[in-house]
Amino acid sequence: MMSSLTDFNRRDFIKTASALGALSFAPHAIAMGKKPPIGRVVIIGGGYAGTSAAKYIRMWSMGSIEVVVIEQSPQFISCPLSNLVLGGSQQINDLTFGYDLLKKNHGIKWVQDTVTAINTDAKKVTMQRGDITYDRLIVAPGVDFNYDSLPQLQTGDAQKQIPHAWKAGWQTVYLRQQLEAMPDGGVFVMTIPKAPYRCPPGPYERVCQVAHYLKNHKPNSKIIVLDANAEIVSKKGLFTKVWANTYSGMIDYRHDSAVVSVDVPTKTVSTEFEQVKADVLNVIPPQHAGKPAQMAGLLESDYPWCEVDFLSYESKHVRDVHVIGDSVASGLPKSAHMATSQARVCASAIVELTQGREPDPAPVFANTCYSFVDDKQAMHVANVYRYDAARKIMLSAEGGGVSLAPSEKEGAYAKAWAHNIWSDVLT
Amino acid sequence: MNKLLLNLMLISSVILPSQGKAAEDFVYADHALHTRTLAASCAACHGTQGNAVTLNAEFDATTLAGLDKAYIVQRLIDFRSGARPATVMHRHANGLSLEEINQLADYFSHQKKIKRHVPATQTLKAVHDE
Repeated sequence: MMSSLTDFNRRDFIKTASALGALSFAPHAIAMGKKPPIGRVVIIGGGYAGTSAAKYIRMWSMGSIEVVVIEQSPQFISCPLSNLVLGGSQQINDLTFGYDLLKKNHGIKWVQDTVTAINTDAKKVTMQRGDITYDRLIVAPGVDFNYDSLPQLQTGDAQKQIPHAWKAGWQTVYLRQQLEAMPDGGVFVMTIPKAPYRCPPGPYERVCQVAHYLKNHKPNSKIIVLDANAEIVSKKGLFTKVWANTYSGMIDYRHDSAVVSVDVPTKTVSTEFEQVKADVLNVIPPQHAGKPAQMAGLLESDYPWCEVDFLSYESKHVRDVHVIGDSVASGLPKSAHMATSQARVCASAIVELTQGREPDPAPVFANTCYSFVDDKQAMHVANVYRYDAARKIMLSAEGGGVSLAPSEKEGAYAKAWAHNIWSDVLT
Repeated sequence: MNKLLLNLMLISSVILPSQGKAAEDFVYADHALHTRTLAASCAACHGTQGNAVTLNAEFDATTLAGLDKAYIVQRLIDFRSGARPATVMHRHANGLSLEEINQLADYFSHQKKIKRHVPATQTLKAVHDE
């Protein structure tokens, strides 16, 4: 059995190596040449989850498991801190990184390509340039946007005019440029989808960042927030206080206000109750598990996220396919720190399972999310999460919670968080 | 006060937690799997294997790698009780069992101190967003 697995890997490796032409082999992989890898893990997605899983599988398997990451973007652009680009205290180029150190330091094989199909029976992923087979697949695509109810926003052109900026990148830049071009006295309108969505406190942090910019540069401007949820989803007391005290009179928050349609040329959004015209319009669309999760048939029939076994993050529907990060169906916040924590539990389990051992039966991990309320002050929500064996889910432990108030000290720690998590996932 | 001196003073005043079993009896190998993922979850602030990046800023996160085990244990216990004020560490310390605090302290005390860096930033390339 073992030898046939090895043969399979060798044969397949040659096929892959030629299919992937441009792959470079790091020192780890060359040193490994003497001994064939004990398995191949293919990871779809090079965000916080995918990079963490790749690095920690290589570390904890001491290089014995081959790891191939498929990522379509040539760069890593951090969503955490990207709201500060809208506020003006960060530039997008402060948040943009390469993958070279990660690849080189850990002997990770890297393919910049788009996944077009996944065959979980044949254990094969198809990219534009060819196929690759896996022993285990990790799907870490982040969120994808659902435009079923907002077809007007489906095109790239429409999104340039009305950016979501909910994945950091050019849309973040466009939204900042629009704010810069907006006249004093203009109206910024932001819409928030029903939870769950990526980064629960993110929309409210964005409101603070835009308010910070407008207060200092265009003080007669207004912000209208149309929230599909019944109330502020995260850090409600803190955001309410900041809006009332720091940005008094600037923010008009309307709950239970889901967007039903958007008129792109006039930047007008409609809810069931009203029409609101914007000078700058930021529609954050409803979200679901990323496309590769859909291709692999990992979504639930009644909701668009992926159920997993929280001991290994293996899909509840498809064997040898794991899901980590924002695509996971859970009560856990869809945050970068959470994505890395899930990735490491998954990585640890895969390293054990590949060697015929059982994973940790009771994983515990932490999550810390900071939100900036201006250019310097931040506040946290932090929890430890423990596996509940009876319910088979991760539950928050006692003692978690939020800051008493935002502070510059926590703003500095939030920056340290960013520096360390970037260092952890990218080097 | 000199940080090293302060640390030494704190170490000398450490009282190990009582939990039936003395912290010294703890056997690391039994908990290796559990501890490696729990410890790795600290990396968001404290860096890979407890090596935080240092930017000479006042608010660098503490490098945990190579610290004295008893010192880490005492810090976490003080965060938990509130004896030592914290911005966020009390949230984490309160969510851990005493056994986990011991395991984490043992794990980090055995990690090698390595200089870690923030990766270099790049100019955003002209590719399309999703």
